Amino acid sequence: MLFRANVNGTWREADIWAGVSLLSALRDDLGLPGSKNACEQGECGSCSVWLDGVLVCACLVLAMQASGREVRTVESLSVEDRLHPVQDAFVEAGAVQCGFCTPGLIVAVTDLLEQEPHPSEPAVREALSGNLCRCTGYAKILDAVRLAEERLESAG
Amino acid sequence: MSVRTVTRSIPDGVGTSSRRIDGTPKVEGRYAYGSDLWAERMLWGATLRSPHPHARLGSIDVSAASASPGVHAVLLARDVPGKNTYGLEFADQPVLAGDVVRYQGEPVALIAAEHPEQARRAAARIEVEYELLPVLSDMQDALLDDAPKVHDFGNVLRHIRIQQGDPAPAADVWVEGYYETGMQDQAALGPEGGLAIPAEDGGVDVYVATQWLHVDRQQIAPCLNLPEEMVRLHMAGVGGAFGSREDVNVQIHASMLALFTGRPVKMSYSREESFFGHVHRHPFRIWMCHGGTRDGRLVVVRARLLADGGAYTSSSSAVIVNACTFACGPYEVPNALIEGTAVYTNNPPCGAMRGFGAPQVCFAHESQMDRLAGALGIDPVELRLRNAMYPGANLPTGRPLHGAASVREVIERCRDIPLPVETPLESRERSLLPGGVGNVTRGEGIRRGVGFAVAYKNIGYSEGFDDSSEVEVSVTRGPEGAVVEIHTAGIDYGQGLHTIVAQIARTELGVSRVVVRQPDTLIGSAGSTSASRQTLMTGGAVHQACAAVRRTLFGRLQARHNTGLEPDPSLELVGGEVLREGVAIATIEELLDDPVVERLVHHHRRTTSLDENGQGDPHVEFAFAAERVVVEVDEELGLVRVVQVAATADVGKAINPQGVTGQVEGGTAQGLGLAILEELQVKDGVIRNPSFTDYLLPTFLDMPPVVTEIVEDPEPGVPMGVKGVGEHSTVVSTAAIVSALRDATGRDLNRVPVRPDDLIGIVPPIQNRGGWPPSPKVPGNEPIPRYVGLSRGQGELMDEDG
Repeated sequence: MLFRANVNGTWREADIWAGVSLLSALRDDLGLPGSKNACEQGECGSCSVWLDGVLVCACLVLAMQASGREVRTVESLSVEDRLHPVQDAFVEAGAVQCGFCTPGLIVAVTDLLEQEPHPSEPAVREALSGNLCRCTGYAKILDAVRLAEERLESAG
Repeated sequence: MSVRTVTRSIPDGVGTSSRRIDGTPKVEGRYAYGSDLWAERMLWGATLRSPHPHARLGSIDVSAASASPGVHAVLLARDVPGKNTYGLEFADQPVLAGDVVRYQGEPVALIAAEHPEQARRAAARIEVEYELLPVLSDMQDALLDDAPKVHDFGNVLRHIRIQQGDPAPAADVWVEGYYETGMQDQAALGPEGGLAIPAEDGGVDVYVATQWLHVDRQQIAPCLNLPEEMVRLHMAGVGGAFGSREDVNVQIHASMLALFTGRPVKMSYSREESFFGHVHRHPFRIWMCHGGTRDGRLVVVRARLLADGGAYTSSSSAVIVNACTFACGPYEVPNALIEGTAVYTNNPPCGAMRGFGAPQVCFAHESQMDRLAGALGIDPVELRLRNAMYPGANLPTGRPLHGAASVREVIERCRDIPLPVETPLESRERSLLPGGVGNVTRGEGIRRGVGFAVAYKNIGYSEGFDDSSEVEVSVTRGPEGAVVEIHTAGIDYGQGLHTIVAQIARTELGVSRVVVRQPDTLIGSAGSTSASRQTLMTGGAVHQACAAVRRTLFGRLQARHNTGLEPDPSLELVGGEVLREGVAIATIEELLDDPVVERLVHHHRRTTSLDENGQGDPHVEFAFAAERVVVEVDEELGLVRVVQVAATADVGKAINPQGVTGQVEGGTAQGLGLAILEELQVKDGVIRNPSFTDYLLPTFLDMPPVVTEIVEDPEPGVPMGVKGVGEHSTVVSTAAIVSALRDATGRDLNRVPVRPDDLIGIVPPIQNRGGWPPSPKVPGNEPIPRYVGLSRGQGELMDEDG
């Protein structure tokens, strides 16, 4: 089937199987492997993307459901050589180890801070509880959220 | 020549929290993991696995699968080009089952197709006849004379006995306990994945997420019937490992399909297949008896350990040695009798997972220390201090402890970390109650508890194994100045090896631009990224290679100035300049008309195997850790909130303090998982929860703050005095959390993971039927596969290299 969607600001097309997920279309058909395939059943959040501006697990969306709509992935966040403040905060705070959960978390944290620039700690934990990380024990991800918060605020 | 005083040092060197060398591509989503790889004309591989834990294979009909759309190959055991077995320590695991399957999920057939869905559908069309065989699913049953035999030679994998002093001395107080640990999964978020590309010379290039390229190659080549040099391994990005990638997963299968089809073949497991496609942490049953004096001195430890190795050997033969040698904990014990048996069953194969046998015994020995403290009326922390190991202390394996031992310091500093401030229940957010927002009480049933545990873990491989590391460090003059390139086969799966070797090179050579090449088999083995060993081994190798580079550079300078050939100890390399007594006399660029290239192999001190009484010097060095845990338990609902973990970790020298605390936090999270959440539920050999919906990993809501103090007690005689940091927090945290749960509930929690039912007391503590199992009859303390003549794995590799 013909899949056509606005992905990271560009209209993209691919001939896909009707049954594939948006995650599979992004990774296997559009050459965007930044969204990760850790569980493919909506438990781990490592495939988090925006669909028409709403945070979703790309593994739980049929690609054809996203056809004709706007998809934004982790690949959209850095501009040329400049990292998005959330991306930079993750590196600075040591919130990246193996990095497999990282793209999904960066999308989720960016979404959280766009909606709530100064979330309480319980609010951060709740908002990110759908993103599994097996390496860090989450402490440095919390540090990264705080650092990103400061940087986004000072950037206005 | 300019002469001036130089004071600046290179940023991002040893001791700084330098940013990860691979951090930017990882946060951008550009870092290529094994499951992200892609090549022109690439096919997708899939595996058909046995749904039965024990069965004889009858006819296999592949005609429908072969005729399926997009299918290019369907391969069975008869299609394996070379030897049909592989394995880390013994080659006993079939590449594809030929006559018998011994565990649920054992691979039976391979498919390559244009699209992954085509490959999966074709796999479902393969018709296999299975004749079901009796399933051996209980590790104690494995020792019975009339038990079904998993292998022709029986069910004993290895039996170890460590005896020291008098195993039945007089003691004032005795405590005895029985403990069980469940099967834990590494659950690395990155699924197993890789890409095999057939080469023009008839060989194959394999890009794979792994922990040790060379041991993979050693297992792949004979199965493909290729000489090792025609099997070239390259590290693909690794999405975590924790031991799960020590054993081969997609490597041989993808290579077979690539060689058969002549096209690149990618394999990437789903999460469900991942649970079947790698080994797990061994479930243990542990019987322990401690005798002590009235003033709180350990007199004797007796222990009987049983580990379920599952269907194949994997690294069980080393795990049982580790468990036995660490069974007494980091305490001096004059008398000990430790017996441990690893057995085969038709359960999923178990092997390496972070801690490697030590977390299971730590849970038992620390539970015993708490019991002994209770029996004696001594504070549990004080009891541990009275018995703490020290440099030169006698180990149960009969030699004085070699090197550093900071047990007292890790205990005292952990004890002294301030306790968390208690937020009154009435002013708390609901998410801060045990069970979070799911807790609908007013907190009436909440009880607080504090627990403490201490652990130690060996660094590097043991029992005489020479797990050396080869590196090449080169320095060249680039357009923007000197550039250092490090070539190692050492895998960085997220713990930060490549970042810390760059830090070491910056400090040692005073050059800020450092490139770490993607690991491959064009250089010699670095050993496995496991056993907390890479900072010691590959970090040490880089440290020494940098010293060799410095010697060469200084030699060039001395040759230029005719100042003799004797090494000049007053020369230093700082900030890209050569200094004599703090004064710059040359830039490094001036000395780089030709590049400097130094390659060397770094070995750790030699260890020995254990004799028939378990005596010897099996371990290279040790790292020590303590944790104090505060929990709250809702005694009516059985819900837990871990409030705080206070941790000390002795790492010898922290090359990257942020990386060290990251290891402690992450390692603690995995220990928390084993304590209260994670268990792969296996019934009659069948895994009942192979998904992240049903296998519960700690989330952001489960993890408390971890307050870490890094202890740096340098190991004498090793580069930079380093130990390791990968494992000891995992080893200690399960025991510390359960200790706190006992303190809160007063219950006898003797099995992990602890369940809500255990905490509210609606199920009694686990009782073992039959008591301490008898010792099996074995020819000696070597792995049984060695006595029956199975070919060896890693040992051969290192003998060749060493």
